[in-house]
Amino acid sequence: MSKIEVRNIYKIFGPHPERWLDEARSGVSKDELLAKSGHTLGLRDISLSIEEGSIFVIMGLSGSGKSTLIRHFNRLIEPSAGQILVDGEDVMSLGKTALEQFRQRKMSMVFQRFGLFPHRTVIENAAYGLRVQGMGKAERRSRAQRWLEQVGLAGFENQYPHQLSGGMQQRVGLARALATDAEILLMDEAFSALDPLIRREMQDQLLQLQAQLNKTIVFITHDLDEALRLGNRIAILKDGELIQEGTPEDILLAPANDYVQSFLQDVNRGKVLNAAHACNTPSLTLTMRSRPPHALERMAASDFRYAAVLDGKRLAGILTREACQRALQAGARDVAAYVEDMASVPATAGLDEVLGRMLRSPEPLAVTGENDEFLGLLSRSKVVELVTPALEAAGGETDAAQVEDAAPVESPDGGESGDAKADASAA
Amino acid sequence: MFPEIIPPRALRAPIDDFVGNLVSQYSDLLRAMTQPLLDVLIWMDQITRHSPWWAVIIVIMALAWVASRRVLFTAAMGVMLCAIGVLGLWDAAMQTLSLMIVAVIISVAVGIPIGIMMASFKWLRTAMLPVLDVMQTMPSFVYLIPVVMLFNLGKIAAIIATIIYAVPPVIRLTDLGIRLVDSEVLEASRAFGANRFKQLFGVQLPLAMPNIMAGINQTTMMALAMVVIASMIGVRGLGYEVLQGINRLQVGRGVLAGLGIVIIAIIFDRITQEFGRRQRKGA
Repeated sequence: MSKIEVRNIYKIFGPHPERWLDEARSGVSKDELLAKSGHTLGLRDISLSIEEGSIFVIMGLSGSGKSTLIRHFNRLIEPSAGQILVDGEDVMSLGKTALEQFRQRKMSMVFQRFGLFPHRTVIENAAYGLRVQGMGKAERRSRAQRWLEQVGLAGFENQYPHQLSGGMQQRVGLARALATDAEILLMDEAFSALDPLIRREMQDQLLQLQAQLNKTIVFITHDLDEALRLGNRIAILKDGELIQEGTPEDILLAPANDYVQSFLQDVNRGKVLNAAHACNTPSLTLTMRSRPPHALERMAASDFRYAAVLDGKRLAGILTREACQRALQAGARDVAAYVEDMASVPATAGLDEVLGRMLRSPEPLAVTGENDEFLGLLSRSKVVELVTPALEAAGGETDAAQVEDAAPVESPDGGESGDAKADASAA
Repeated sequence: MFPEIIPPRALRAPIDDFVGNLVSQYSDLLRAMTQPLLDVLIWMDQITRHSPWWAVIIVIMALAWVASRRVLFTAAMGVMLCAIGVLGLWDAAMQTLSLMIVAVIISVAVGIPIGIMMASFKWLRTAMLPVLDVMQTMPSFVYLIPVVMLFNLGKIAAIIATIIYAVPPVIRLTDLGIRLVDSEVLEASRAFGANRFKQLFGVQLPLAMPNIMAGINQTTMMALAMVVIASMIGVRGLGYEVLQGINRLQVGRGVLAGLGIVIIAIIFDRITQEFGRRQRKGA
């Protein structure tokens, strides 16, 4: 069951949202509604399901409604219509006290501009959630202390927030949110106000903490790189509407429309996509005990110059046609002695790394999974296509030329996409 | 000439009648109701006037020390108080001081809650703003007349007039201070499940404190100014000395009493400002 589920959320800002709900349902655009009624359409028909223990990123530009949406989860903003379920419990049905309890125990939040209390010390800030819960001073301080150490702020307990740098202030915000042991962490553009280096550091720290804590994190950002780096799933919002929802790969490989596509222009795809994405399922594999005439026949039939040789599921090496020829002449019983070593990359290697390997050597590369399991051969054309998808559109001819120069083994038809033969480098 | 649509007499008469009625019918009741206030005023008057002069100076210097934590500042306050004594105005100054203290305490006690409510309810702010404008701009003599008619000459009339005049700044600045609290900080406290009470006392009021202190400072100054005017309705004190100077054409008496008022004003202005300054530093 999903941890957070929102169903058909609508939010209209203005004095009489209920009057215009039907209009919004019938699909009037944001601008039309504003012109007609003076009401702003904040969110239209948003339905999401967020899995427990995942990082769910909500991405959009300013005004897309992402900050509005995240505030619906703990009802800092009330929806005009729709349902919000957390652990199957309808948040909308909570009374005032129950809602306060819910906010104290279930969710905690990190804010873009930190939202720290300037009149409290760092440790008092970190202990705030516990203080609201009514925990005694000694205990809440010792817990807050532990979390401050976790985020690397030991020694700053008695400073005031304005004495710290932005990155450190946000660490206090993070410690404050983690200290309550809430299962759900809402992060509203938590790293957007930080400079790039610190942001990266904080992202790493968040991923590290998440690996230990396994919370359900809802992360808001306007930065697709950040979304792709952190998110298990990503939802893209525009003008209060959900444009696309899926895994980072889904978004990169199958953008729903031009809007999403336009975001992808500047993304470093090599970091998100990995060797597995550029791997072809092998159409021809041999085993160590294949007989040379048979192997040669099969290679000739598919017009391949070489083929991968497996030992069980593991990759044993590569057999070229010339080696096979020699085996035949020597009258060898099987090809085992003629198999050469083959370079391989793990399936999880980022494409930028793969690209580096590819450019350094013209040899074919195998992609291996866990325990050296052979998954397929790396397709050069696929790598090029994945890393620079908008090549034609962007007119990046120099890039294309360089890549093709550096891949001399590639067959002339290598530029075509999804070529099934490309896996074994057709002659 | 603007054409006469309603004769002014027709407008004035009902007001006169209303106040006249109020005086004849409710005067006794109102006086009985304000008796506790009068008791407090007399009690405060006795404390300030009957305490030894050095005790008063020590208390005020202690306040100055708490506010500023600066030796020089504290000493300067002590010296200024002594100057009042040297000028021969000690007793008059203590009478003024006692009235001022009560007026400020009541103004703050009334003003801060009203300011808080104004910040929370928009309709109340809309309703209160013109009322505050009237309180601040209406010449004080206009409401001194009915107040004196109701309560007779004396301390009660003076303190009511003083509060009407002095309470607006603390209301306005409390309202402003609370509304200026960073919305994200307040949102953070809501997100962690703080109830209205905890939001108010844990976040809004502490963060509004510098503004509220500025309001209290202004209220103190205005209360002092009004206490002087109140001498005209029979309250003894520094203002009365000034009034006598005018009546008898004794310039010296007027100037010295005026100096006494200035010294008290400076003392309380600086002390309340120091409180505000330390609040702002957040230390």
